[in-house]
Amino acid sequence: MPPHRRPVTEPRWMRVTLCLLALGFLTLFLALPLAAVLGQALARGVEPFAAALVTPDTMAAIRLTLLTAAIAVPLNLVFGLAAAWAIAKFRFPLRGLLVTLIDLPFSVSPVVSGLIYVLMFGLQGWLGPTLAAHGIKIIFAVPGIVLATIFVTLPFVARELIPLMEAQGREEEEAAIVLGAGGWRTFLLVTLPNIKWGLLYGVLLCNARAMGEFGAVSVVSGHIRGMTTTIPLHVEILYNEYDFVGAFAVASLLALLALVTLAAKTFLEWVHRDELAAHTR
Amino acid sequence: MRRALFSLVLAGLLTAGAARADTTLLNVSYDPTREFYRAINQAFAAAWKAKTGESVTINQSHGGSGKQARSVIDGLEADVVTLALAYDIDAIADHARLLPSDWQARLPDRSTPYTSTIVFLVRTGNPKRITDWGDLARPGLQVITPNPKTSGGARWNYLAAWGWAERTYRGDAAKVRDYIAAVLKNVPVFDSGARGSTNTFVQRRIGDVLLAWENEALLSSRELAEAGVEIVVPSVSILAEPPVAVVDTVAARHGTTAVAEAYLRFLSTPEGQDIAARNFYRPRDPAVAKRFAAQFPPVATFTIDDAFGGWRQAQKLHFDDGGSFDQLQPKR
Amino acid sequence: MSGARVALWRPWARRREALPGFGLAMGLTLAILCLVVLIPLSAVFAMSAGMGWERFVAVGFEPRVMAAYRLSFGGALLAAAINGLAGLVVAWVLVRYDFPGRRMIDAMVDLPFALPTAVAGIALTTLYAPTGWLGGLLEPWGIKVAYTPVGVVVAMVFIGLPFVVRTVEPVLEELDDELEEAAESLGASRWQTVRMVIVPAILPALTTGMALAFARGVGEYGSVIFIAGNLPGISEIAPLLIVTRLEQYDTAGATAIATVMLVLSFVLLLLINLLQRWRAARHTAD
Repeated sequence: MPPHRRPVTEPRWMRVTLCLLALGFLTLFLALPLAAVLGQALARGVEPFAAALVTPDTMAAIRLTLLTAAIAVPLNLVFGLAAAWAIAKFRFPLRGLLVTLIDLPFSVSPVVSGLIYVLMFGLQGWLGPTLAAHGIKIIFAVPGIVLATIFVTLPFVARELIPLMEAQGREEEEAAIVLGAGGWRTFLLVTLPNIKWGLLYGVLLCNARAMGEFGAVSVVSGHIRGMTTTIPLHVEILYNEYDFVGAFAVASLLALLALVTLAAKTFLEWVHRDELAAHTR
Repeated sequence: MRRALFSLVLAGLLTAGAARADTTLLNVSYDPTREFYRAINQAFAAAWKAKTGESVTINQSHGGSGKQARSVIDGLEADVVTLALAYDIDAIADHARLLPSDWQARLPDRSTPYTSTIVFLVRTGNPKRITDWGDLARPGLQVITPNPKTSGGARWNYLAAWGWAERTYRGDAAKVRDYIAAVLKNVPVFDSGARGSTNTFVQRRIGDVLLAWENEALLSSRELAEAGVEIVVPSVSILAEPPVAVVDTVAARHGTTAVAEAYLRFLSTPEGQDIAARNFYRPRDPAVAKRFAAQFPPVATFTIDDAFGGWRQAQKLHFDDGGSFDQLQPKR
Repeated sequence: MSGARVALWRPWARRREALPGFGLAMGLTLAILCLVVLIPLSAVFAMSAGMGWERFVAVGFEPRVMAAYRLSFGGALLAAAINGLAGLVVAWVLVRYDFPGRRMIDAMVDLPFALPTAVAGIALTTLYAPTGWLGGLLEPWGIKVAYTPVGVVVAMVFIGLPFVVRTVEPVLEELDDELEEAAESLGASRWQTVRMVIVPAILPALTTGMALAFARGVGEYGSVIFIAGNLPGISEIAPLLIVTRLEQYDTAGATAIATVMLVLSFVLLLLINLLQRWRAARHTAD
């Protein structure tokens, strides 16, 4: 969202200082690591870089990553909206506990978040022998990868929306209901427009993490080349096989996700430009 | 747009399914064997087709040896496993009973069709004059090795040093332990895997000597020269024996027992041995070894069975919690 | 099952609800939460419970593991604090000011999520190792980052940054100009406006962001192991010890350490969340 002209703002020296601080920090922690990745990817020139991207294994990894995100992100969107609606708009006992439970996947080490599904569905696990008897594969196959991805990205949309919806309160929705709008109508016409930026951030973050998740997926994938390797796993395999350029070339593909983010936001801003103008007055 | 994406995904799924039409084997292997097994797979598929008329597709899975073994234990449906150390296949036998515990006796050369050894990488010109294991204990020297707790390769490194010390100090346990403690004191970084250590040594230029598998050192030899490092072969080293085995239960369920065994036996044929040697593993076949003599300098080796009574014993004594590796860690 | 439970809860609500959809939303939330998170996580507890109390304590609280907890939790706290300050400034600048390249930078904030953690770790080590661009600059000052606990914090700051920026940004964007204008016209100084109007409005989001960054830092494995050096007792993080246990085929031991970490971070997160609710309640009561 473009910064609209604020009626009040800080003195110029303050603005410059803050900008410089922010830029310095981002350079140290974001720009330079990104440059290091691209530097390694292009260490031998553009051709090996491009060649690494079009191998069948890389293509298969991209397909699997897209499929995983296409399942995990919509599911987390539904979860996030439901959770935020219940938690932010209503008061009930143990609300704090529920929020903390939703945060839990973030605090679980990626190593463990893969392990839990192995303990559940693995051959030595609770359900493993039963599943194996029926020929159902969950871990070391696509379902396991999708499950682990849903787990690690579960809190994103909810966590983005809860503070936002709490800050907005419930007066607008109550007014709509009093005026006779139904529940869904109120949600679509009143709530959704109010939270769309937060929702967008949540979905974009969720997507970035779904595509980039390594640790948890690594435990449940089985690393079968061209079949159960996602992009991050493929990067690791290439790296461990001494294919340095290939590993970083594929990694930079994921870094480019940031550009997708940019495109998505620009598009939405363009769609809602009239509204933004109205908001700014 | 969305429909296009959907059909793309669907097409991807369908093609992934189509690849399974013929007989398929899954070979679960460890990290740097990709090129090696890719060549083996091609050669074997051709040989198998010529012999039986069946076509066979071999899928590959690579990762850290211990992690791969754990995946098989937890249900990764490997027809064959080709790992970095016998202990990991023992674990599959012990924890999941997917193959009998005497698996190692079923194939020639105790199921280790190719070998390697542990060598040193030093900076070009060997400025610190590191020629043998004894030099690693010199105060102030920096030794790079991965963590034996997380890396199978590092366990070979550790046991190679231990075996040298046993021979040199004629079994004087106190001296052996002093030596190992002195070497551990010289380790500034414990990377979790072999690749991380190589990177620390070659790219970050940390340390004076890197302990590495010979095949991995040779594999990256072209880059190594550019990076200003060279290989030093110590006076004696351990015979690193990466084992292979058919996972009986899984292969039986897939109906692939015969082809899986043929696949592993193919590794011991002259053709398989030749491919192993070209991928920097020392061949067992003397005739093939002779042809590649220039690539593999002679080195006296001891085996894990002779020097340590096998992997189970070595793992318990040295690497399990409270083992020698934990005891000899310097107090920092 | 959850639908019936929720119906029972409603009478306890403080006032009659005018808004619909609580049952459906709550039911969905609990169902997904149980299926994806709670039931699988209970496997960890069951596994570590099976090993017996004594062995659990021996594995979960041995001195080397304690040192690792200290590093993981201490490092993550420090990283969350750094991210709180820096992330707030970044979010503020990105939302409020306009300067060339702002959009590009805004887009880049998500990078730590998209980049596989191992790649992030390698990239950071490349930068901060003595041979790297930044490590080379810091070396003459005697500052070592890579292969020390400082490196651990650097990696944790990297992976946690988007949490703070992305939770604060939407709230800053939705903040009503009129409140600030009103404060200003009532004679408040800019500093007073920031302190009395803006800070209370964004504080919940900021705490949330910091809590999440903290939680993520505690469990982080992939990026940290490359930069940490992994020396026992000094730069060895707790998740590494879980992996070590797994490498020894000691799943129960691994789950013991995982359980301790899980309970610790759950309690910390719960405290943060309760503190925030309590503060919010007091704030509305004023």
